[in-house]
Amino acid sequence: MTETDRVAVIGASMTQFGQREEWILELLSEAGLDCLSNAGVEADEVEHLYVSNMTSGEFEGMTGVMNALAHDIGAIPAYTQRVDQTSSSGGAGIYAAWQSIQSGASEMTLLVGGEKMTHRTTGEATDIIASIAHPVEYKAGVTLPSFAGMTARHYLERFDAPRESLAKVAAKNHRNGVDNPHAQFQKEVDVETILESPIVADPLRLYDFCPITDGSAAMLFCPESVAKEYTDEYAIAAGVDGATDTHVVHEREDPTVMGGVVESGQGAYEMSGYGPEDIDVAELHDMFTILEFLQMEGLGFAEQGEAWELVEEGYTERDTGELPVNTSGGLKSKGHPLGASGVAQGVEIYEQLVGEAGDRQVEADVGLCCNVGGFGNCVITTIMEAAR
Amino acid sequence: MTMEATRYDDGTISYPGHPRSRNGAEPAGTIDLSEHTAEVVTWTTSTATPPGVREPNHLAIVEFDLGDVVEDGETSVRALVQLENGDVETGDEVEPIYTEELREPGAGIREPESQDWDGYRFEPV
Repeated sequence: MTETDRVAVIGASMTQFGQREEWILELLSEAGLDCLSNAGVEADEVEHLYVSNMTSGEFEGMTGVMNALAHDIGAIPAYTQRVDQTSSSGGAGIYAAWQSIQSGASEMTLLVGGEKMTHRTTGEATDIIASIAHPVEYKAGVTLPSFAGMTARHYLERFDAPRESLAKVAAKNHRNGVDNPHAQFQKEVDVETILESPIVADPLRLYDFCPITDGSAAMLFCPESVAKEYTDEYAIAAGVDGATDTHVVHEREDPTVMGGVVESGQGAYEMSGYGPEDIDVAELHDMFTILEFLQMEGLGFAEQGEAWELVEEGYTERDTGELPVNTSGGLKSKGHPLGASGVAQGVEIYEQLVGEAGDRQVEADVGLCCNVGGFGNCVITTIMEAAR
Repeated sequence: MTMEATRYDDGTISYPGHPRSRNGAEPAGTIDLSEHTAEVVTWTTSTATPPGVREPNHLAIVEFDLGDVVEDGETSVRALVQLENGDVETGDEVEPIYTEELREPGAGIREPESQDWDGYRFEPV
């Protein structure tokens, strides 16, 4: 790493997301090996290997996945580390990989995120995820969807936003997912169907929520000087930052503001030199439709309480909007295998910047992804730019 | 049984309490919220509940006005609580009713001995 070097992303891959027969190690291996193959890099060139994963121990009874993966893909003696930051483990993995290159500790870092979830019942999966909650929240039986329901009601009432605006987020992201061959759901869903689907956490309904998903995604990082030995088509990780907000959700001064989004966004903007007006495409953590509004506002794409108006105006549409949001289909359509999701956001932005997004391709030189952990307890924002 | 909020040296209040306030101040005392009514800030009815949780589960974020027991600093605090039922609206005044078991210990992933399980459900005054 030289003084003028920047951190480059020279490869990216993701497995089919959805209900998979494979277990966690097989999923991680599939994405990791695809990523190396796509970049033309041998496994024994990997110096650092990070695995973003929240719950392989709780879901599958499998721990130590980072060392097992190093063995399975032939990356020994690479340094390994598992990165757990709940739902933002993937984004935290991007931050760890960026740090490893930027610091000079590694000249080739492979990041693989993954989760195996669908073998559990919805109740069991919901409980494992909700185990992040404080004891006073947990004993009340809170779930992440119920936090979303309370926040959505507060947002709609406070800002006089129509319920349909949330449904339009889901409809948009399902539309985008049709063109993503790796998405769990490649099917359009209209607003009427969304508004008539079963209530899960009033006022939110089934289609306001992402599914439970198996899958894995990977990215390969190195100094820009090394990247040029492999390819002319790469992206630069121009800015990345992470931040926390209160663990206990109701202790936040304003339920419609996620402090971690605001803080990490400001940090990523500052590091990259870009601002909200420079972002051409964004992947936001739409685990619940209401989160797309909160992130648009927290990242400066909209004033507080006004994101819903931009969605109504078509501002975030992929083919016609000024700022396409969730061109991949988002977590909503693509799926949300916890540890993989933040990495998969990075994969989408990488593919958009190097022109490999196929039917989802938009014109983009600068892209942003925002990966939210818990209900905003921790957040990672990453800004990438096309190599010039 | 009490529902104790913590007041800190810097005048802030939180429920639950923490070793330090959000500004780093030390705890200075407690306030029993079960002796107060509260106002519903927002609420939901959850129909997909985890093991050991009633279905449906009515939840709310409520705000306690503590102006009658606190002279300076913050005079309100919020809490996430269970509601007796879903017959509420935002802005309703609610009061606590003691409940021995808000959720069945051991049914979910959390170690039963690691925390308490009783508490208060709230219903409109």
